[in-house]
Amino acid sequence: MKWDILWEALGETVYMTVPSTLIAYALGLPLGVLLVITRKGGIKPLPTFNTVLGAVVNFLRSIPFIILLAMLFPVTRIVMGKAIGTQSIIFPLTVSAFPYVARMVEGSFSEVDGGIIEAAQSMGSTTLQIIRKVLIPEALPSLINGFAICMTTILAYTAMASAAGGGGLGSLAIIKGLNLRKFDIMYAASVILVILVQVITMLGAYFTRKFDHRIR
Amino acid sequence: MSEPLIELRNLKKVYAVPGGEVVALDGVSLKILRGEIYGIIGMSGAGKSTLIRCINRLDQPTDGAILIDGENMLSMRGNDLVRMRRRVSMIFQQFNLLMQKTVARNVRYPLEIAGVPKHRANARVKELLQIVGLEDKVDAYPAQLSGGQRQRVAIARALASDPQVLLCDEATSALDPMTTQSILALLKDINERLGITVVLITHEMAVIRQICTRVAILDGGRIAEEGTVDDVFVHTRSAAGKRLFGILPENDADEQLKVPALRIVFDGGRENRPIIAELVRKCGVDVNILSANIRRIGGKPYGQMLIGMPEDAEVRDKIMKFLLGEGLTVKEVWPQ
Repeated sequence: MKWDILWEALGETVYMTVPSTLIAYALGLPLGVLLVITRKGGIKPLPTFNTVLGAVVNFLRSIPFIILLAMLFPVTRIVMGKAIGTQSIIFPLTVSAFPYVARMVEGSFSEVDGGIIEAAQSMGSTTLQIIRKVLIPEALPSLINGFAICMTTILAYTAMASAAGGGGLGSLAIIKGLNLRKFDIMYAASVILVILVQVITMLGAYFTRKFDHRIR
Repeated sequence: MSEPLIELRNLKKVYAVPGGEVVALDGVSLKILRGEIYGIIGMSGAGKSTLIRCINRLDQPTDGAILIDGENMLSMRGNDLVRMRRRVSMIFQQFNLLMQKTVARNVRYPLEIAGVPKHRANARVKELLQIVGLEDKVDAYPAQLSGGQRQRVAIARALASDPQVLLCDEATSALDPMTTQSILALLKDINERLGITVVLITHEMAVIRQICTRVAILDGGRIAEEGTVDDVFVHTRSAAGKRLFGILPENDADEQLKVPALRIVFDGGRENRPIIAELVRKCGVDVNILSANIRRIGGKPYGQMLIGMPEDAEVRDKIMKFLLGEGLTVKEVWPQ
């Protein structure tokens, strides 16, 4: 009986985390590209645009998730059909995560050796070709590493789903475990969360290494 | 062979730095002929890197004109610039290969971006790797290659677009002397066999002497002198040139000096004679050679030699007298 609710909660956690991460990347990746290429000294410098974009990203990133969650209730209701519940929380999670993803992606792209980009320019690459064929492939290991970090961060945020009537391991630990004083459930849920984070981190590290041809 | 392929007219480049400006290029005019290997030499900070990077617009000149095959490089935007850059390839000191792509993919990159069909591109890659002698490294990643091999991949990549010009930005400066030789030989071979005009910048005169047909000496953002390599080396007129070729005292050797020394300057002004042997024999002194940097140009010695200064003032005077009598320039040098 106890295992049933743990399994169910695990499913809900994955159900919240994975789509949020993927959608956050769908938005954050292009945004990260824009942040990198439009900065001063980038391949398409647009300083004013870059400053404004950076400010917006920073603004969104600085709102604590639990507050953003509450602030977004009306918008979530429109986008997801209802403001609360496991599925609805994907929306605020995504909104909260994509600026973070953008900065993460920006960081990965910044690590690409400027000389390589210059070489690509000297060969007559268009901006789009540099992004697709140079920036993204060269930054791939770092992007994978960032993806794993973002996913574990979003996973941690799902624990706050209980505040918006969502399920998952975090909710289980707080509502059943803490509030109803079933501490075994609280610990079991926490342990599973820890294992999840470990698995994601390990997989991230494995694929980062596997796709990095600078080593050996 | 005689019409200019690249013409720089009064090229200027001014960098804005905090609290002022730095003039990197101060009115450079040059004509580089079709099919030649043109060298630009200068000390670090002379502006040579800026100069070569302006040619394909990796750096944006502040003023002046760059004509390549009669087309003005500076008025080009967007697609025109992309098209032009495919005719002017470049190799770099740090190779700048795509580290996450195999040798074959690196060489194929310029073909991919130009939309060459895959099967034709692959055949061309094979051909190019043969030219640079790396057929067996097709599937290796740059990280698995030595510096010389990486530069060969970069050269193959630069040749992929069938360029008219190959710009070499200190292409051998990160390589050991042996590897430098082989890369220079490859560049010369490419120039001769494929008729590609080569423009190279370097701070090493050996590189210039070995493969260049003509040379310009860049100093403080200006051309100090220019001409055929033989002419510039044998009849060096500019102070910058003399400094570069070690005709005027070089400061490098002095800095490492630990003991008092005498500097003997060979300025090519006399015939080739075994001066040191004569010094030992005639003065009956032991000579301790601390460093020597002498080149034979047109059969005449150029450069300088540092010998240990004897502690005995009498011996010292004897040596000085002999050397001055031979018409050499001799100076006392003290450790700094």
